[in-house]
This record gives sequence, C-alpha cells and structure tokens, in this order.
Amino acid sequence: MKSIKIIILFISPLIVSWGSLFLGAYEINPIIVIKVFLNEIFHIFNLKDIPEKAILMDIRLPRVLLAGIVGASLSGSGVVLQGIFRNPLVDPFILGISAGAAFGCAITVGFFPQWSIQFNAFIFGLVAVGLAYIIARTQGEISRLPLILSGVIVSAFFQALVSIVKFLVDPHKLQAIVFWLMGSFSLSDWRTFKIAFLGSLIGLLPIYFMRWRLNVLSLSEEEAKSLGVNVKRERLIFIIFSTLAVATATSVCGIIGWVGLMVPHLVRMMIGPDHRILFPLSLTTGASYMILADTISRTVTSFDIPVGIITALTGAPFFLYLMKKSGKEAWGK
Amino acid sequence: MLEIKGLCFRHKDLKEDTLKDIEFSAESGKVTVILGPNGSGKSTLFKCIIGIWKPYKGSIYANGKEINKLSYLERAKIFSVIPQEHEITFPYSVFDIVITGRAPYIGLFSCPSKRDYEKAKIALKALEIYHLKDKPYNKISGGERQLVLIARALAQSAPFMLLDEPVSHLDFRNQIKVLLKIKELAYKNKITALVTLHDPNLASFFADKLVIIKNGKIVAEGKPQEILNEKLIEEVYGIKINLIQNNGFNLICPVLDFLNYK
Repeated sequence: MKSIKIIILFISPLIVSWGSLFLGAYEINPIIVIKVFLNEIFHIFNLKDIPEKAILMDIRLPRVLLAGIVGASLSGSGVVLQGIFRNPLVDPFILGISAGAAFGCAITVGFFPQWSIQFNAFIFGLVAVGLAYIIARTQGEISRLPLILSGVIVSAFFQALVSIVKFLVDPHKLQAIVFWLMGSFSLSDWRTFKIAFLGSLIGLLPIYFMRWRLNVLSLSEEEAKSLGVNVKRERLIFIIFSTLAVATATSVCGIIGWVGLMVPHLVRMMIGPDHRILFPLSLTTGASYMILADTISRTVTSFDIPVGIITALTGAPFFLYLMKKSGKEAWGK
Repeated sequence: MLEIKGLCFRHKDLKEDTLKDIEFSAESGKVTVILGPNGSGKSTLFKCIIGIWKPYKGSIYANGKEINKLSYLERAKIFSVIPQEHEITFPYSVFDIVITGRAPYIGLFSCPSKRDYEKAKIALKALEIYHLKDKPYNKISGGERQLVLIARALAQSAPFMLLDEPVSHLDFRNQIKVLLKIKELAYKNKITALVTLHDPNLASFFADKLVIIKNGKIVAEGKPQEILNEKLIEEVYGIKINLIQNNGFNLICPVLDFLNYK
C-alpha cells in the first residue's frame, strides 16, 4: 500500500504536466501533445509546422517545467526548514526568506540593473532567515512560537523595504516589480527556466545526499549533539543550500507562499516522516502541486491570475486546519 | 573505566559552584549509580561529561584518555546518552529512532548502510522489542520508549552509557524491568553504565557502586550495603528514616512521624 503511494507521488509530475500541456486558451488534442514530443526525440511522425508545436515547445513547456522546478524548490526547502527547526509550522515564506529574496530582487530591478538578481536574492534571503533565527534564539533551544513570530517580524520588515523601493522607483520599472511580486509564471521562457534549473540543482542536490541527517537534526538539540552531530554547523549548511533554492525560485517568479508548508505535510501524512523518502517525494509532489495550481490560474478565467493567489487561497485554510488538528502541541516547546 | 577528577562547574549567573570538586570512578561491566535529591547537580554532572557544558576545573578520563577537548563526534563514539525527558516532533517509527544511534559512523552526505541496519536490528533484539520496530515512537508506552532509547544507545556501540533518571516516570513494574535490562547489558557487553536516580531504594537494589551527592558535593561513595545507613540518608534527604534488613538488601522506609500530630 505504501509502495503504491510512493510510486504515485513519484510519477505524479509527468501526469500533471501532460494534463497541463493540452489545457489552455488554445485547446490541443492530448494525443497531439504526445505525438509532438515523440517527434521531437525520434522524428518518426511527419508533422509539418503545425501551430500546436510552437505553442507547446515555446510557450507551455518552459512554463510547465519552470512551475515544476519552483514547486520542488519551495517544498524541498520547506521540508528542510521544518526538520532543522523541529517545527512543522514553518516554511520559506513564514520565515521571511521569500520576503528577503524579494527585496534583493526589487532593489536589483529598481536601482542596480547591472547586478545579478539571483545573487542579491540569495544574500537578502540569507539575511532574512539569519535574523529570524537570531531573534528566536533567545535561550539555547529555539521554541516554536517565537520562531514563527520572529519570521513574521522579519517578513513584515522586508516587505516594508520592498514598498519603499516601489515608492522610489520610476513608474515603468514599478509595473514590472508589482506584477512580478504577485507571483506568476506568465513570463516564463527557456532562459528563465535554465537559470531556475541551475540554481535549484545547486541548492537541492547536496540536500538530497544529506537528507538522512534531517532525521537526526529534528531530534532535540542536546540529543543530536550526544549523537555526535555539530548542530550549529550542519544547520547552517542546510540553511544556505535551501535558501539558494528559494532565492532562485523567487527571482524567476516572485513570492509564492504556502507551498513549502502544505506539501511536506501532505507527503508526511501519506508516507511518514522519514526524510530519506520524505524529501525526494516532497520535490515531486511540490512540482505537481505547483503545475496544477498554475494550470488552474491560467485556465479558470480568460485572464492569467497570479498563481500566488491560488496557493494562498488553498494554503491559508490548510494552515488553520493544521493548527486545529495539532492543537496545543503545535504551540508547545 | 571512567574517572572524574576534581570537577568544578558554575552556571554563568550563579555565585556558587553547582558542582564542587567532584571526584569518583566507574568500572566497566558495572552499574554505577549517582544518587541525590532533586537539584543536587546530577544532571549538571551528566551535561559536563557529554560536553554540553564546560567545567572550569578538573578533568574526565575515559579508559585513561582525557576527553575535555574532544568534539561532539569523538565523544559520541565514547558515550551514549539516554536523555531524561524525550519528546519527538515528527512521528518517527521505532526503527528510525534506533538507527539514529549510528549517526556518529555515518557521514554527512550518506544514509545508513546495511551494516548500520544490522546493528540496529541486533540492538532491538537484545532488548526484546524487535516486534515494535514499525510502530510510531509516540504511540508506544513510556516503558517501551525507554527500552527503545536504550536500544539506540546500544546501536551507538559506545563503551560508556549514561542514563539520566531512566525510570523516574515509569510505573513500578517497568522501573524494575528497565533497570534489570540495564544491569544485564552492562554485564554482558562490558559497558560502563552510569545512572542517576533519586530513589534511594531503587539505587540500593541495582547499584554495584553508589555515589551520593548533595548540593553538588559527593558525601559518600562505595558499595550500597556498606555505605547506606540511617544517618547518611537522613542527612542527604532531610527526613527521618528506618533501615530494614530484607534478604540481604537494605529497605529504606520513611518514618511517618506526622501521623503523631493527628
């Protein structure tokens, strides 16, 4: 039973992508989708230059892939942050990494176009999570509620800084910043896909190999120390790599919240908390979830609704459900 | 053999030392019990040995090797620790918990190997809880949890085992069961077991050697039958007791003189 669930979660991105590719403003026959792809690889069918091909290869495919990568990055770092802080109620959005990265992007777009957006996003993402960590760490071990509160404080602070940037920047750039901040994949192309792919790979691949360590780090701090783990150093390594993945994701599609919170929980409920399986399956499930949300956002109305709105509409009730379910425990130590 | 020499420790904000010139040794294959009332410095002593807190004076030798400057990783290969209170955030299975005991031997970038699985299995079987291996840790009883933690310590294959109040929240049956298991492991596997207890009766039953501390100071040490007497216990615990001989053991029974006030 468990292995069936694992297989389903593992291959879900393929199925969801296929669905996403034939849905949209221009309807494409599902069979044509498969034909075009087979032809791209094997050149077996004689498909002249049909319009479907351009729509699939130049518009929908990069968008689907980008959504998948962003979903995987956000949920992957959600798993990491929940593990190392022993707190099932945190994710990159709640800890302020997204807001910090967004500020890095906004000042780059607004004032320093010669700098690298991804680099600034990474640096300010790190600053944000570092601040949240320091504020929460008042007495030795980090407790749950203070960590969430300090994340909220840091998040609010960086969002205020973003507002200052919006206020000062010239109107043409303002439009770009505002649209991008809402979180959307409508500007996807192969170039942004390549950037996102590279950043997430550098961030997520080392975490994949270190994933069993999350089982040890999610025990209490003293316990992990008595098991020979240098808790401070290893936490830092995990924070750096997961922030890299989140910062890259934020730099290509803006702030998308709640994914990093929801997906790890869903996967944990289905297959248990062992990070050896939890981490890889959160990557695939996160990808599927994001592709699904993006497909909804571009098909449900004739407009392209920012996908951040869809994830927030599903994520906020889910957070409430978690709090209610875990009750007092959620706020405990 | 564990030797502790002239250990002094003081908390940052306190004026008085929490541990005053602690000096004793614990032999391998034996159970050494540190007995003392709440707040006497038992847990502090443990934290100094594990390296969570740094004593400002004195040294600790494990099999003749000084350990004051060792890293957490090196210490973890010498000492396994069974923590006093234990809560887990995520509902790991019993097997997942036991295999974390192999962490000192598994690199940052790798997962447990077949050998690690074997060690965890052997440890679970040694404590006769192999049938629990797939159960969620937070759904088993307190006594079973304590056995799981001991299994993890065994999987850690360290020559010294530190147990901080391992039975304080267990019922009567489980207290005896867990303590007997600890004693059996120490004998069989030649482990130096260092156990803190606050119940003088349990301590006198199970200790091969007893170290009694009060206010961070050792007041007596030796075999329980030899050192336990009415005067000593009254001095340490501040209440009147009677010592009753039973099958070669000392039973410590409080004198309930408040009944006279009725």
